[in-house]
Amino acid sequence: MSLPVRVGTLAIAFLAVVGGVIFVVIHYLLASPPTVDYSAGVTPDHGQTVNVVLQEDPQTTIGNRPDWVSYFIQDPKTHAWVHTTLFKVPAGSMIHMTVLGYDGCTPARNPFWGKVTGTVGNVEYVNGKSTRVLDTWKNCSVGHTFSIPGIGLSVPMASPTTVKENNNLCATSPCTSGPKATITFTFKSPTSTGDYFWHCRIPCGGGFIDGFGGPMQTIGYMTGQMEVVS
Amino acid sequence: MAIETEPGTTQQPSGHDPVAAPKTRAWWRRPAWHTGLIGAVIGYAFGHWLGNYWAVPTATSPAIYQQIPSNDMNDYAIVLGYAFMVLGWLGGLGFFNDLFAQMLGRTPRDYQLRDGGDTGLARYFRMTHDHKVVGIQYLVGMIIYFCTAGLLAMGIRAELLSPVHHVFSSGVYIEIVGEHGTMMMMLMTSVILGPFGNYLIPLMIGSKRVAYPRLEALSFWLTPAAFLVLLSAILLGGFHMGWTGYPTLSIQDTSGADAYAFAFGLMGLSMILAAFNILITVICYRAPGMRWGRLPMFVWGILGTAVMMALAAPILVGGMYMIITDRTVQTAFFADRLGGSTYLYQDLFWFFGHPEVYILALPGFAIVCELLPVFTRKPLFGYKVAAAGMIGVTLLSFFVWQHHLFDSGINPDMRPLFMLTTELISIPTGFIFLVGMGTLWKAKIRLTVPMLFCLAFFFNFLIGGISGVFLSDVPADTTEHGSFFVMAHFHYTIMGGLIFAFMAGCYYWLPKMLGIKLDERLGKAHFWLMFIAFNSTFLPLFAVGLAGQPRRVFEYARNLTTLNDWVSISSFFLGASILIFVINFVWSTVIVRERATGNPWNSRGLEWQTASPPPAENFAAVPIVLTGPYEYGVSGSPPVADMSPPVGLLAAGLSETETARAEA
Amino acid sequence: MAAQTPAESPAAAEGPGVPEPNHAIRIGSVWLLLSLVADLLIWFAAGPHLPPGTAGSQADGQQFDIKVMAVMAAPVMIFVLVYFLYSLVVWRGREDDEEDGPPIHGHARIQTAWITVTSVIVLCLFGFGTYELYNSYGAGAGEGPAPIYKPTGAELTTAQQVAPWSPGKPVVVQVIGQQWRFTYRYPQFGGFETTFLAVPQNQWVQFDVTSIDVIHSFWAYQLGVKADANPGVDNIAYTKPTKLGSITVRCGELCGLWHGAMYDYGQVMTQSKFLAWTKATNAHFADITPLLPPYASTYDPTVVPLFRFGKVMKALGLTSAGGGYYPPNDPAQP
Repeated sequence: MSLPVRVGTLAIAFLAVVGGVIFVVIHYLLASPPTVDYSAGVTPDHGQTVNVVLQEDPQTTIGNRPDWVSYFIQDPKTHAWVHTTLFKVPAGSMIHMTVLGYDGCTPARNPFWGKVTGTVGNVEYVNGKSTRVLDTWKNCSVGHTFSIPGIGLSVPMASPTTVKENNNLCATSPCTSGPKATITFTFKSPTSTGDYFWHCRIPCGGGFIDGFGGPMQTIGYMTGQMEVVS
Repeated sequence: MAIETEPGTTQQPSGHDPVAAPKTRAWWRRPAWHTGLIGAVIGYAFGHWLGNYWAVPTATSPAIYQQIPSNDMNDYAIVLGYAFMVLGWLGGLGFFNDLFAQMLGRTPRDYQLRDGGDTGLARYFRMTHDHKVVGIQYLVGMIIYFCTAGLLAMGIRAELLSPVHHVFSSGVYIEIVGEHGTMMMMLMTSVILGPFGNYLIPLMIGSKRVAYPRLEALSFWLTPAAFLVLLSAILLGGFHMGWTGYPTLSIQDTSGADAYAFAFGLMGLSMILAAFNILITVICYRAPGMRWGRLPMFVWGILGTAVMMALAAPILVGGMYMIITDRTVQTAFFADRLGGSTYLYQDLFWFFGHPEVYILALPGFAIVCELLPVFTRKPLFGYKVAAAGMIGVTLLSFFVWQHHLFDSGINPDMRPLFMLTTELISIPTGFIFLVGMGTLWKAKIRLTVPMLFCLAFFFNFLIGGISGVFLSDVPADTTEHGSFFVMAHFHYTIMGGLIFAFMAGCYYWLPKMLGIKLDERLGKAHFWLMFIAFNSTFLPLFAVGLAGQPRRVFEYARNLTTLNDWVSISSFFLGASILIFVINFVWSTVIVRERATGNPWNSRGLEWQTASPPPAENFAAVPIVLTGPYEYGVSGSPPVADMSPPVGLLAAGLSETETARAEA
Repeated sequence: MAAQTPAESPAAAEGPGVPEPNHAIRIGSVWLLLSLVADLLIWFAAGPHLPPGTAGSQADGQQFDIKVMAVMAAPVMIFVLVYFLYSLVVWRGREDDEEDGPPIHGHARIQTAWITVTSVIVLCLFGFGTYELYNSYGAGAGEGPAPIYKPTGAELTTAQQVAPWSPGKPVVVQVIGQQWRFTYRYPQFGGFETTFLAVPQNQWVQFDVTSIDVIHSFWAYQLGVKADANPGVDNIAYTKPTKLGSITVRCGELCGLWHGAMYDYGQVMTQSKFLAWTKATNAHFADITPLLPPYASTYDPTVVPLFRFGKVMKALGLTSAGGGYYPPNDPAQP
């Protein structure tokens, strides 16, 4: 092949490789669910209260994982449910969290996580009633947990408690109707900024052995990050 | 085929007319990578359908194997898809053509072309019986694989610039770590055996061919399949258990883990085939006079590597197979609750895994022992010691694997035993240093680019090897295991050893393989940047590990940020040095093409006594080897071989021997 | 090929009448000096600051081991480096010199000496390492369920471990690895579980490390302990904390998405403070401790005793904790 042909082929090949790498990096490696911003308009480090609303669903009918359980987060401005587990809160504020628990009950692998830790007063309010401990083995009372290990927060998420309710769980997502338990609790966001990961400690969803596969380990489903900003 | 008689042509399958001129067809009508791709697509589609048919219940029929309802987490479809994809890929490349043709009693098509009658660029893109073409295919492939895995390493170091600000999400980071590690550990096993072993061993032993050219070609064409299957894990969501793939994490993982297990097993197959070919070629195809005591040290090293590959890789394939069955058909090899054990996998994996790292280290030894005499103009010091070192490492590598499991809860009686064997293996490893230092004694050192890389090899492997001794001590290993100390150790031995030796081999042998010299100034720039950046990257990691940073973490102690930043910036320079190499390689071979025929290094090696690049049959006549390849400075030494022995000399000599035997 | 004695190459001499310098003595003297300096620096200057520090008996032992090995490794490394640098300076070929070097194929005495010296060094290191392993009761490494190096009074059965603690007995801490947090159970103090690791000073501590899902590794850096947490296996390691202060616990084996964030901080306390802490913690967790499974050396988290399950759970067909191996139809036991 003559020199100009060789140079031309080399240039095209080089551009193709660079383009391919950039495409893979942007599309597959850097892609991430959106972050819901609860910090807008709130002055950090002033102890102001921020209301964060989540729900956990037994199925995810949007997206390509129909059998996976998932959390959804409500956008504070539009009140629409966003399929993500990333949210932003201001530092040094009181985070008042409301979780709508639409998913049914599952016994925990370690019943220790039935205890509420890290909240104000070490309590949570299940359908308005104050609770310190939920027995995940005896009663059909807990579906998941919301745990932020970095600040010692772990709150069991109550579930619908009767047989009838558990057999008629909400089948679409995000859920707007169906049996649910309403959980509220308050905790203080840390003063040092950064990303604090949170996850659920009660695995469910068939087919992922030893529990923590699939949605339990996928950002946007049962695990995510709380970004503390100042 | 007897070596004693001069072969007329190299390959003569039955029924084939050796005299008729080969008929050529257009390149797109002959099986090559494009037909291979078509076969792969068809194969994947079929396999995927078959997996869904077996596993997914439909409205009208239950599944044959009960499986969770389908989403794209259907492991059966993915694994079967890959399996049939590989079959389709190989079929499309034409690996089954000869088999079916001969079974049907027909003459295989294009046989002579594949034996070395092919010319032009297209022959590098198809299945060939010419070991030299396979060597070049491997060379280009290995550079591509190395650079891809290197880019992933750049991603890892970018993430580790800060413990609080993250470039990638945690899941993607672990994916990248696993991809980098697996790609390097599985593909770099053949980074020297593939290109240089396959290309040079027949030339070094005076043979016109390898023993199993089809197996050799197959071993190459499995590597792009393994590479692409491994990369496709990213499309499937990645695998999150690192290159070691410990269960139960690997059983728990999403579909990317199927890609990991399948790719690794496939590469294991490639290793076994490549190893068999090398072993039989060296044992059976040596030219007359090429005694074991005259075998080039490079061949000894590759021989040891091949023995380890042939014996260890089957264990890997078995372990990966068990991971796949645990993930699909519900076996419980690795589930302690159901009668299996996670220790089973750890032992299987590391029984392969430890010889694996010596498969990665030994070719480096082989190359430096081969190159040092050329650039010191002296015989190799202690030939027998060097060979004993290669053999010692090969044998002992199978007896040390439990040092990866010192803290795992293995039977505590085992730990002093494996501490002993691991310490002992440093003795044959040390022989290489004795040989290197002895060869340098009173030498006339020529600091060419290949020699610079060889010297850097010794520096790097010294640090890597001594840190290995620290790791073999069980008490010290308690803190060092699973930390960045181990990372620094194996990067020093594998990258500092193997890859530096690979670079030396490239600069040294490219004139032989392509008849083209790489640019010397760019080569020196490449060397110095790579050497300084490499040490700057990995030396601090010993301290980072001892300070308590575990491997595979995206968050680390804040007080280690400065060290990590230093390492990350250095690694970007290291990447830049590899870029310089790639630019030099591509520029010299594609654009400039400065001819370098003949023997530019003035080497006494047998491979240099034929043209550069060698003709299709390597040698016009099978040479008779007269001395070893390292007889520099020996006054009155004959040339290394008689390249054109008189016709009938061997036959006459043989008949004399037979007569003598008859008379005795 | 017979080894030949080194021949003096006539080309090596600088000129007529200039004798060949004794390279061996030059290299040897530089090596000796540098090694002495390096060894003294390592032993006295760097030694007390070497990782992993001296906060625990095992850490102390490991620091000593690393110091000894560094002192042995330094002369080896310096020898090789000095030799290489010397040869690059002294024996570098001149640009126009096309001659070959002297034909030295080998030297039987040097080869034998090298093999002997390296073998002796290596065997000494083996002996030293084994002695340290024995002398330190396991060097902080996980020894599995049947440790052979253990302090007197080691408690290996569940019955021993739930008996209340008295001074002189090792304090038993069960480390439970789960995705992605370690929890610690103290069977001798009421069997409560906590996420905070507290250990008493100057007291043997026995860590029983297990996992309830995948493989983790309990790495308490300042204590010098590393033991893999395997599901279904009780991995035992020993240490004796000696200095008060904070402990960093990190997971040392890749265990999934948040492995990198699986770390916490514990504390070495005085004995009296430790006992007070156990009392307070026991009271704090008094509501959850009765709900935990009875203390055992390993746990099968999917097996829940039927008497614990309420009516609703049974009616829903839930018979085990979430994440069975192949739900809903695990293969039957063989």
